[in-house]
Amino acid sequence: MTLKLTNLLGAAAVSVAALSMGALAASADTIKIGTVLSATGPASFLGDPEMKTLELYVKEINAAGGVDGNELELVAYDSGVDASKARTFATRLVEEDEVVAVVGGSTTGTTMAMIPVFEDAEIPFISLAGAVVIIDPVKKWVFKTPHTDRMACEKIFEDMQKRGISKVGMISGTGGFGKSMRDQCLDVAGNYDVEIIADETYGAKDSDMTPQLTNIKNTEGLEAVVNPGFGQGPAIVTRNYKQLGIDVPLYQSHGVASKSFIELAGDAAEGVRLPAAALLVADKLPDDDPQKSVVVGYKDKYEGATGEPVSTFGGHAYDGLMMLVEAIKRAGSADPAAIRDEIEKTSGFMGTAGVVNMSADDHLGLDLTAFRMLEVKNGDWTIAE
Amino acid sequence: MAEFLQFAFSGLTVGAVYALVALGFTIIYNASDVVNFAQGEFVMIGGMATVFLTALGVPIPLAVVLAILGAVVVGLLLHRLAIEPARGASSVTLIIITIGASIFLRGLAQVVFDKQFHTLQPFSGDTPIVVGGASILPQSFWVMGGAVVIVVLLWAFFNHTLIGKAVLATSANRLAAKLVGINTGMIMSLAFALSAAIGAVAGVLVTPITLTSYEVGTLLALKGFAAAMLGGMGHPLGAVVGGLVVGLLEAFGAGYLSSDYKDAIAFVVILITLFVLPTGLFGRASVERV
Amino acid sequence: MSALLNHRLAVPAVLIVLVALLPLVLPSSFYLRIATLVWISAFAVIGLNLLMGYAGQVSLGHAGFFGIGAYAAAVLPAQLGVPGIFAVVIGAVASALIAYLVGRPILRLKGHYLAVATLGFGILVAMVINNEAWITGGPDGIAVASLGIKKLLKSAFGLKVKTAELWYWIAGAMLVVGAWVAVNLVDSPTGRALRAVHDSEIAARVAGIDVARMKLVVFVVSAVYAALAGSALALFNGFITPDTAGFLHSIELVTMVVLGGMGSILGSVVGAAVLVVLPQLLTMFHDYEHLLLGLLMMVFMIFLRAGIVPGLRALVAGRGAA
Repeated sequence: MTLKLTNLLGAAAVSVAALSMGALAASADTIKIGTVLSATGPASFLGDPEMKTLELYVKEINAAGGVDGNELELVAYDSGVDASKARTFATRLVEEDEVVAVVGGSTTGTTMAMIPVFEDAEIPFISLAGAVVIIDPVKKWVFKTPHTDRMACEKIFEDMQKRGISKVGMISGTGGFGKSMRDQCLDVAGNYDVEIIADETYGAKDSDMTPQLTNIKNTEGLEAVVNPGFGQGPAIVTRNYKQLGIDVPLYQSHGVASKSFIELAGDAAEGVRLPAAALLVADKLPDDDPQKSVVVGYKDKYEGATGEPVSTFGGHAYDGLMMLVEAIKRAGSADPAAIRDEIEKTSGFMGTAGVVNMSADDHLGLDLTAFRMLEVKNGDWTIAE
Repeated sequence: MAEFLQFAFSGLTVGAVYALVALGFTIIYNASDVVNFAQGEFVMIGGMATVFLTALGVPIPLAVVLAILGAVVVGLLLHRLAIEPARGASSVTLIIITIGASIFLRGLAQVVFDKQFHTLQPFSGDTPIVVGGASILPQSFWVMGGAVVIVVLLWAFFNHTLIGKAVLATSANRLAAKLVGINTGMIMSLAFALSAAIGAVAGVLVTPITLTSYEVGTLLALKGFAAAMLGGMGHPLGAVVGGLVVGLLEAFGAGYLSSDYKDAIAFVVILITLFVLPTGLFGRASVERV
Repeated sequence: MSALLNHRLAVPAVLIVLVALLPLVLPSSFYLRIATLVWISAFAVIGLNLLMGYAGQVSLGHAGFFGIGAYAAAVLPAQLGVPGIFAVVIGAVASALIAYLVGRPILRLKGHYLAVATLGFGILVAMVINNEAWITGGPDGIAVASLGIKKLLKSAFGLKVKTAELWYWIAGAMLVVGAWVAVNLVDSPTGRALRAVHDSEIAARVAGIDVARMKLVVFVVSAVYAALAGSALALFNGFITPDTAGFLHSIELVTMVVLGGMGSILGSVVGAAVLVVLPQLLTMFHDYEHLLLGLLMMVFMIFLRAGIVPGLRALVAGRGAA
């Protein structure tokens, strides 16, 4: 029985220690920035590379002397996909950790739950999530780095129009990413004379999509298929696609964000097209491409440090952090309001997603040129345009 | 017809995995009355360990054997360190312990392995075989065949070996089994080891089709549990039938009705079945003693 | 002392003191938020504990009712212009009605079969919320309009309160009332009948208790608790996602019940507190967070298998006797 009691006492001691550690810290010359990411759970596909990127580069920046001589301190929390937990951590960043800015929010749900906290506390927040609602309408303290899903749809349909494709089947994941992109694609399809003639979905953790694809295959007049979704879903769809011998072009989305897609889908990935940031084809960019040095630098550093293939999701975190650091330098202070103003003035920033030009009514600052149309050939990405 | 066959094979492949998970539930439940929600983690360990061992240069057959052994060790430890010390606790308490164990194992996997998705090479290529207009991956036959082999082996084990009969006796009446000299503690360890091995085999077989990651166990445990209950808890044949039925319902549901609601369709059928047969398809009515 | 502790109103009294004094030691609105989340979870857990601890029926789908309450508070004002407070009431009534309709057939099932049936129910609710994005906002979630209490307080009394403070008191009051209702229910003839059902259904039936009706009543009551907690969380957060109604949340609620102690109202609060606070403490361990969470759950259940509150009470009593 004494054993049981000491266990409890031990746990209590750890608890007290943990709480007091939270209260300590924050010396004069550190700039505290915060992040809340879905590093585990169903969206760890996003949060894991984002977390690794932030940790890696904060260390890197400090090793190089910090920001104007001030050391950066990253306060990082893992919320999973739980929006309420994300909001709790957001409150903790503001109240306890007293960060001056936040880069984070892997999913649209967690981002939207956190926005009111940062708006209230007047802390600049750069989100890493996809949906357009985050920055439209514009919120004073909120920015985001990834392309919107609407842009991905437009890029895909633009390519289809060039190839003379007009009757398209769609198979989307039911997670936030797939669902939101599906709606956006349905919305803009008409602008490109594209008609969606089949519309199927699959669950986030499904392991076999042949029934849905069989239905799409049997749809009269099918000319191409689009698959909005991320995680393992697109790889399985691609394999099932080949298994069923569907021979019209398959388009994946920007949710396919790293080379592991090609590894997972194997031969089936041959000929698949997708809109993606230049990061995926870093070493294939012509040397005079202004983006080349940025994306090659990030890719080499990330892959060298983690041993995992670089992903565009990690790239979003890189863009967010670097944009923030430049804003802090320009502001010459760690005052949240000054930092916010400088983030909004970001112009000509070269990130992994493309050139960013923010303004008072555009808190994303990317245009369609940021996307490249890629095609898988011989087990590697190639630029299709 | 081709369409029907395509859906059927998809359902049977996925269903075979559910069936193996449900069998794992059943074996542990029979030996110890524990509903083991960590059952899905054995599938995860089987797949992930094989992937990582092959990445280290271990030849595939050896990697598979080591992965299964690894899962067995985890199963034995789970029993020895978490279930055995709580013997006599209420069944809900034991369920929470297994849920804790599954969170722990997932947490361990994300540190020991990683958080990426992985795959294995299919055992006999990936050129689809066309049967009546439906194209089926060779690996599907491995999954379905593997499930059949496991079921047959289990049947032989339970009916034709002394240890197997001792397991059956223990599940029928633990006290009586003890009285006739059966080491029921050992039987329980055996049940955990066996369940873990079956789960790990399922994980190895299915990884080339469905991919794997540290997180795959949760959903499989959920579906496997539902399948076991549909068949009738504690009934091995029921577990297999339940697994296949759930798999088929999902495939036909997605194919013929709505892919948005395919999981719902499976659960509606389970609910209706239980309203008609409150102890599942094969379950016996239990009599409460006053 | 022990007589005092065993009094029917001891638990609500303890909670009143706790709710009233806690803000004095909580240094910031972050801690207020954590406490509020504990109160809201505990409220739902008390309801579920009535079902599990007193009537002996397991539900693995209670997040479904939680989600119905949450989405009622979000969707009805946004889509139909229903005032927030009515939306909460409608959510609770709808939950009760659904629990009544679903409960009648489901509660005939026993043990694990009941578990899987409730699990199926919860998954159906979560799936509808996830798929019918035109109403619910889908997987990306939906914003929840505030009740306007802050504005009201300001215009009527000139009071300025922070959201965190306001909801701390609302949730705290809910918890005290919820606990008070629960202890009264447990102590009523209905409650005694319930415990009889828990101990042995057949014996209870022989004693003339309408077992099916009893179970249904508790199921409906627990659904209302869950729905009200859901509404409170939605209004407090101002934003909700379908995970609120998901399977993992159901499991979390059940874990809170069992961890704190089945059949213990105070245990419900403790169970909720542990699972809300623990992840905040474990953040310092980063990658090892989940590993430790699982480990601690196992250790708690192995050493305090009746739950934390009954387990500790037994320990203290044992020591006193020795």
